[in-house]
Amino acid sequence: MNYLADVTALARKDLRLELRARDTLPAMLLFVLSTFVVFHFALPSGADELAAQGLLWVALVFTALLGLARAWAPEREDGALDGLVLAPSDRSAIWLGKSAAVFVFLVAIELVALPAFALFFSPLDAGAVLGVLLANVGICAVGTLLAAMAAASRTRELILPLLFLPLAIPLVVGGVGASVSTDPGRYLAFLGLYDAVFAILCWASFEYVVSE
Amino acid sequence: MSQSDYVVAAYAVIFVTLLVYVAIIAAKLARLERETAELAELARKRSSGG
Amino acid sequence: MVAAAAAGLVGIAIVLAFLVAPEDADQGISQRIFYFHVPIALTAYACFGWGAWKALLLLWKGDERYDLESYVAVHQGTIFGALTLATGSIWAKASWGHWWRWESKQLVLFLVLFLFYSAYFMLRFSIEEGPRRANVSAVYALFGVALIPISFLAIRLAEDFIHPTTFTREGPQMTGTMFVAFCVGWLAMSVLAYALYRVELLGKRLDANLRELREALTT
Repeated sequence: MNYLADVTALARKDLRLELRARDTLPAMLLFVLSTFVVFHFALPSGADELAAQGLLWVALVFTALLGLARAWAPEREDGALDGLVLAPSDRSAIWLGKSAAVFVFLVAIELVALPAFALFFSPLDAGAVLGVLLANVGICAVGTLLAAMAAASRTRELILPLLFLPLAIPLVVGGVGASVSTDPGRYLAFLGLYDAVFAILCWASFEYVVSE
Repeated sequence: MSQSDYVVAAYAVIFVTLLVYVAIIAAKLARLERETAELAELARKRSSGG
Repeated sequence: MVAAAAAGLVGIAIVLAFLVAPEDADQGISQRIFYFHVPIALTAYACFGWGAWKALLLLWKGDERYDLESYVAVHQGTIFGALTLATGSIWAKASWGHWWRWESKQLVLFLVLFLFYSAYFMLRFSIEEGPRRANVSAVYALFGVALIPISFLAIRLAEDFIHPTTFTREGPQMTGTMFVAFCVGWLAMSVLAYALYRVELLGKRLDANLRELREALTT
């Protein structure tokens, strides 16, 4: 299928760029670990263990924001986005390819961050990890599209958090719920719902965001 | 503050907001009137001079 | 003419809310805030929905006038949303003694939406005027209405681990006259919103036309 081939090619391009440049991933990793240390000092001594679980999600959201701010940077710097948009492939493939790449970045970070969190604070159960994975999908789908919107704006990096945070709130609720509650199934299902609704919405509307 | 004071406050907030809105519209209308007068003047000059 | 209807309805609504409806047994007189607070909230939702509809039309049909209509609708929605937060906060203080209650799902939802739609304006005014801005604004407006039910669900789910479920009264049981008063209030707010929407749209269209005229006359 041509569409899937385009998506994979685009995603692979991004991964290869990052492997060569190695600027975004190390920064995100350092950021998330530093945030954990800040959290340690930010939590008063009587604080719940559960409070730390909540903070994990704060860290994840803001680390993702860091990565998303640079998500379209390669296209912007070379002016390549115009070229991609003019290419014969379906424009939503651009979004899907980019989201997939961001997803891989996030998972790569989390492979280190989650064990670090378990080490510094409290262990994470399967519900938490599944929650992280499901939330990643939502973060990547919505974040990539919003980052493209921000790229069209004058204020770029400044506006991306403003656009992203209200939409991230349900993800945080779902994620924290999955980590903390005794019945994570409900929250995981909710995360799945979010992912489905917004992925479809992003997929359908991306071409309007990038077209002139 | 008693209960009824709060009720009054709530309605007052709504009322004041509406008034502010009307004031903004009035100011905008005044500006639009000025602009149309200017443009009418320009048009007059054009048709008589140009 | 619409404005006249709005004024009339609002007047009737006020009379009904204060004089006709019986006093609520549990909350006393502060319950009367409800007659405007909830209609304002519902009207805000309607404005956002209307804005999203116009946005969809823009993306679908490409007629640029939908952009202005969508924008004005979202603007109205945000104003009514802010009013919802203000009146809701006052009601919370009157009924429960605090200016803010995280337990109030309606208030929290409006806070999230207010943040979301405030970002709409920041986004819109940081992009050059033109089809790109129109399209981006439209997509964002569509995301807004998708966010409304999802946020509501999220807030509902969050209640279980954020606060112990306390007994809250989101909406009192309504007797006959109370219901009538409520409905009139709702109709009044809706007509008011529509009147304001038309006025603002008119003003902005006039602006745009005058600008064109000015350009034509000065070149």
